[in-house]
Amino acid sequence: MNNDIVIQTKDLTKKFGSFTAVDHISFEVRRGEIFGFLGANGAGKTTAMRMLCGLSRPTSGMGQVAGFDIARQQEKIKQNIGYMSQKFSLYGDLKVWENIRLYAGIYGMKDADIARKTEELLERLDFTKERDTLVDSLPLGWKQKLAFSVSIFHEPKIVFLDEPTGGVDPTTRRQFWEMIYEAANRGITIFVTTHYMDEAEYCHRVSMMVDGRIDALDSPSNLKQQFNASSMDEVFRKLARKAERME
Amino acid sequence: MKAVVVDNIHKSYEGGIRALSGISFDADRGELFGIIGPDGAGKTTLFRIMATLLLANEGTCRIDGLDVVDDYREIRKRVGYMPGRFSLYQDLTVEENLGFFASVFRTTIAENYHLVEDIYKQLEPFKRRRAGKLSGGMKQKLALCCALIHKPSVLFLDEPTTGVDPVSRKEFWEMLNRLQKQGITIIVSTPYMDEAKLCDRIALIKNGQFMSINRPMDIIRQFDLPLYAVKGDDMFRLLHDVREYKGVDHCYVSGEFHHFTVADGGFDSSALLAQLQQKGHSAVRIERVEANIEDCYMRLAKD
Amino acid sequence: MREFWVFVRKEFYHILRDRRTMMILLIMPVVMIILFGFALTTEVRNVNIGVLASEPDHAVEQILNRLDASEYFTVKERLDSPDDIDRKFRGRELDMVIAFGDHFSEKVFDPEGAAMQLVVDATNASMAQSYTAYASAIVAQYQQDMQPGAGRKGIVPNVVLMYNPQMKSSYNFVPGIMGLTLMLICALMTSIAIVKEKETGTMEVLLVSPLRPIHIIIAKMIPYFTVSCVNLLTILLLSIFVLKVPVAGSMVALCVVSLIYIIIALSLGLLVSTLVDQQIIAMLFSSMLLMVPTILLCGMIFPVESMPEILQYFSHLLPPKWYIMAVRKLMIAGLPVSFIWKEIVILIVMAVLLITISLRKFNNRLE
Repeated sequence: MNNDIVIQTKDLTKKFGSFTAVDHISFEVRRGEIFGFLGANGAGKTTAMRMLCGLSRPTSGMGQVAGFDIARQQEKIKQNIGYMSQKFSLYGDLKVWENIRLYAGIYGMKDADIARKTEELLERLDFTKERDTLVDSLPLGWKQKLAFSVSIFHEPKIVFLDEPTGGVDPTTRRQFWEMIYEAANRGITIFVTTHYMDEAEYCHRVSMMVDGRIDALDSPSNLKQQFNASSMDEVFRKLARKAERME
Repeated sequence: MKAVVVDNIHKSYEGGIRALSGISFDADRGELFGIIGPDGAGKTTLFRIMATLLLANEGTCRIDGLDVVDDYREIRKRVGYMPGRFSLYQDLTVEENLGFFASVFRTTIAENYHLVEDIYKQLEPFKRRRAGKLSGGMKQKLALCCALIHKPSVLFLDEPTTGVDPVSRKEFWEMLNRLQKQGITIIVSTPYMDEAKLCDRIALIKNGQFMSINRPMDIIRQFDLPLYAVKGDDMFRLLHDVREYKGVDHCYVSGEFHHFTVADGGFDSSALLAQLQQKGHSAVRIERVEANIEDCYMRLAKD
Repeated sequence: MREFWVFVRKEFYHILRDRRTMMILLIMPVVMIILFGFALTTEVRNVNIGVLASEPDHAVEQILNRLDASEYFTVKERLDSPDDIDRKFRGRELDMVIAFGDHFSEKVFDPEGAAMQLVVDATNASMAQSYTAYASAIVAQYQQDMQPGAGRKGIVPNVVLMYNPQMKSSYNFVPGIMGLTLMLICALMTSIAIVKEKETGTMEVLLVSPLRPIHIIIAKMIPYFTVSCVNLLTILLLSIFVLKVPVAGSMVALCVVSLIYIIIALSLGLLVSTLVDQQIIAMLFSSMLLMVPTILLCGMIFPVESMPEILQYFSHLLPPKWYIMAVRKLMIAGLPVSFIWKEIVILIVMAVLLITISLRKFNNRLE
């Protein structure tokens, strides 16, 4: 496998009984790429993402994440990825530094590294004053920024972001994306789902899932050209209109 | 008579958390009024006060001329309300949910079918399905039907499209526009700023205060700085290089472009273009653009 | 009123569609009755007896016949030597061995008496005591029958077992299980059902509707009230026909007391639901504050009289204690209603108090 390919799937399929949630999807994601994973509610995004994170076994097909097989080497995969979602990311009843400490500990980082990197992180986020604040009392946007920083704290090869910016104010949302750019620039691969169509534009490449299949995969500008659309919103609508199934 | 009149509402929770400070606005009959802002700005608190579920510390609110404190019984008969995390009864079927809410409001599905027909038609094939097994978009449509079935004169929708995919969202808004034509006043909140232009008037809310209330196009017109969009091959590097350029006030990512504002007068986009090309950027395009609601929100939020 | 009945129907849908919970609610009392009634019984039944007798003897045979004829004992086998006893006990083949002395029938009428020894597996001390008491009673009866009117015989302990002459332990558990089941279903389930509506946001919509809050509450309670009545019936039928515990007193009074108790439990559930807004907390709250005291402090397992004084005072505050007391008096002792007026009055006062408090706490609004 090419060293620059960090995610690779071939005919990846997941069935629940007679229902095919993910239907033979094949794609590759390169190192340092921001890969947008879009689709309507119920198109199969969550199921696909769970398989890639090693949380769910594929029914058939193969997939490799960070060079490890998703069906057999889940534990290795978990060491090499970060994960953040809108719903769950940090413990609200722990302080900022306690959350950082906890996640770093889970990934087996050394105490000295943790201490040094915690300072760096707080500095960069301008959070030094908030070190002892309970996460619950931070504004949502701050929380999400912190959660993202924590999810890449152990320098994973790939970070999976599941609707990371839902409900965040526009200014913070932009700062959040700048952080994503920066992480990608450092070589971390970003795999992200979102319902904000302008955010799809930030991605290097975007895949569109419809009824469990990937119906389109290209850069935003190529997609717009291909579908003769002026915005990603329009591309999305043209594609999703073909959807037949409901959840 | 105005359908909704909110006057100088203040609300603090126990522990001194200030949710709303001095909110005032009004909405005409048949108006689609949007309250736009991020989570935690106070939208839900405002909706609960208007829906007679919370008492304000200060200020008054009248729905159809009725006071939310004194006449709450009467108001409850005539408004429709869809709370943010509203999720219907998952273990009842589509039909049972709608039938239940119809009865609670002392009406029947048949009586007001015409109101929900457009929406319910799409749900009818699944009417024996449990609500818990519907997709997010379908659930929202059913919830809207349930809030509409008693022919409310005012409809309060708290973040009805959050977490719903863009296609379902668009359909949902089209439905709201049709309802509005039937004379129903709709107060709706959303964190998706691209939905703002679908409202007649909007209020931008931040930290419990309205920053601006106006028609979307007027809010855009009030954007007081020249705004440019820039695009290139290496967007990340471009962001930093544009920020370094003298005369660029504020630069941020915005979809496929970066938007930046400039200090008034004396800005020459060709000079910037030349400098960027000199720094090795290729395929750079700079153009003057009209602001969108997000640009306006950020501009207002800065002050 | 139509919207009210629609609401009630909706509540029944919720219950009927949650099959698992429904099954638990209906089967739980049955399981408890069977568990407490049979498994944890201290009653004597099917005790296997071994016999050590050196020679065929007329009186020995008669005593053995009597033991065997009783429903408690089975004469299983004859042992050859006392050395076998240990092995038989360890192998759980025998529970008790009776050893008869030589020339037993002749010595029965001797002044010094005949020698007879009861050897019991006393791993379960209270059971062992029951065995010997039962066996002694049978032997004494035999002695008396053989020798009517004879004044000369050893002192036979005169055990009189009031209310429960057969010492059936299930008698005592039935009222406790009734108290527990009704509390569990009414209080716990009602609180969870109301809090669930808060969690899903449907309560907000219901409040912003012409429905009166009191209707919401009553509609929520009706299904659980119904389930409780079914449970009450199951428990009574099971105890009468399976455990053979008759209802000695007035059936009507028993039902009335139970209804008052159900109302108390429902209001407790409502009260809990007004205090919390998460299902899991409602569950913990109900079980810790309502269930545990019912099991431990209301005389279900430990007699109230043997508890430390402070706990006894505390137990006066608990509705299940009074309910269980009343049911015991009615069901087991067969006392007339006039003996339970105190319990009834206390329960009614508690019911009125709880309903008032919980209705007052249930808001028209969210705060």
